[in-house]
Amino acid sequence: MNPAADIDREVAGNVLTTTYDKIANWARRSAVWPMQFGLACCAIEMMAVLDPRHDMSRFGAEVFRATPRQSDLMIVAGTVTEKMAPIVRRLWDQMPEPKWAMAMGACATCGGPYRTYAVTQGVDRVIPVDVYVPGCPPRPEALMWGLLHLQRKIDRMSIAGQKGFRSKANLNLGGDRR
Amino acid sequence: MRSEMLRDPVLSRPRPRAVTPYKKSLAEWLYLPLFGGLMVTLRHFVRNLIKGPRYTIEYPEKRRDYSHRFRGHHILTSRPDGSLRCVACFLCATACPADCIKIESGEHPDVNIEKYPVVYEIDMLRCVFCGYCVDACPEEAIIMSNNYDMAYFHRDQSKVGKNDLMKPYTFDPSQLGYRPHYPEEDAQRAKMRREAFNLVQAAREAGATEVAS
Repeated sequence: MNPAADIDREVAGNVLTTTYDKIANWARRSAVWPMQFGLACCAIEMMAVLDPRHDMSRFGAEVFRATPRQSDLMIVAGTVTEKMAPIVRRLWDQMPEPKWAMAMGACATCGGPYRTYAVTQGVDRVIPVDVYVPGCPPRPEALMWGLLHLQRKIDRMSIAGQKGFRSKANLNLGGDRR
Repeated sequence: MRSEMLRDPVLSRPRPRAVTPYKKSLAEWLYLPLFGGLMVTLRHFVRNLIKGPRYTIEYPEKRRDYSHRFRGHHILTSRPDGSLRCVACFLCATACPADCIKIESGEHPDVNIEKYPVVYEIDMLRCVFCGYCVDACPEEAIIMSNNYDMAYFHRDQSKVGKNDLMKPYTFDPSQLGYRPHYPEEDAQRAKMRREAFNLVQAAREAGATEVAS
C-alpha cells in the first residue's frame, strides 16, 4: 500500500478539510482565468463572450491572461493541427496547477470535419480535457454553459483526497473510437 | 531659395533658443484631473445602473431570442403512434460533411414501412450543425431545435442515441429550430402572394376596361 494514499484517505474525511474545501473551491471556481489563446474561428466566439452582451466576467472568468503562467483555464478554441499540437502541450505544461482545459468546438474536441493527417483528432490526445463544448463554432452562451459545467466540476474537487482531481494516467489517449 | 524660405510664414518664424519643460500646476501635482476622469466613469456607471438600458443578457436565467431557423440540437420526430418517423435510408448520414451520424437499419414489423433505425446515433462533438441532414431527409424525420447548451465531461457522453434525440424535446414550437417546413410562415407568405396577385389582377381588369371604353 501507498502510505501517502492512506494519509490522504484519513485526511479526506476530516471536517476541517471539507470546510476548507468549500472555501478553496469557491475561490477557484469564481476566479477562473482563461488563457488568451485562440487557434481558429472559435476564438472569435471566445472573444464575443467577453463583450457586454454576454459578459463572462459575471462568472469571474473575464481576465484573459497573455501568459500561461498566470492562467488557470486553457480554452482550446479552434483546429489543432499536428504542427500546433506540441505547442499546445508546451503551453499546458507551463500553466501552474490547479489547471483546467476546455475543448471548444468540433475541431478541438475531436477533429470535426477535418478527418485528415494534418489535424489532431481531438485535443484530448495532447492534453487532458475537462469539458467539451460542441458546436461549429459554439454560441457564446454555449461556451458559458461549458464554463458553468467546469465550475460544477471544480466544486467537486478536494484538497486532501484525489477526488475530482485529474491524474495524468487518465489522459484520454483512446482517440477516435469509430 | 533662401529668400523663398524666409518668406515662408512657418520657416521664417524665430526658432526657440531653449526648450522649456512643461510645468505642472498644483492640481496636476496632486493628480486632481485623474479624479475628474474617474467621476466620468462613475457617472456612467450610476446612470447605467439606474436607468439602463442594460445590454447584458443574464444568460443562464434569461435567453436570447434566436431565430426559428437556428440550428441546434437535433430532434427525431415521431409518427402519431409514437414510433420514429425515420426509415433508415442513410441519406442524412451520406449528406453529413462531418460524418457524425451512425445508423444501423432493421426490418420494420409493418410491411408498409420497409426499414427502421435500430441504432441512430449522432456524435454531437463531430457535428458541425450545418443542417444538411434536415435538408436531405425525405421523411421530415430529423429536424433541429434551438437548443444550444451542450457540454460534456467525457467524449462518450456526446454520442446521443435514439431515445435522447426524441425524449427531451416535446413539440413546443418555441423550441423548434431549423426544419424543412414552417406552416405558419408558409401560410402567411401564400396569403401575401395571393393578395398581390389579386391586386395585379384588379389593376389589369381596370386597365382593360379603360382601354375598352
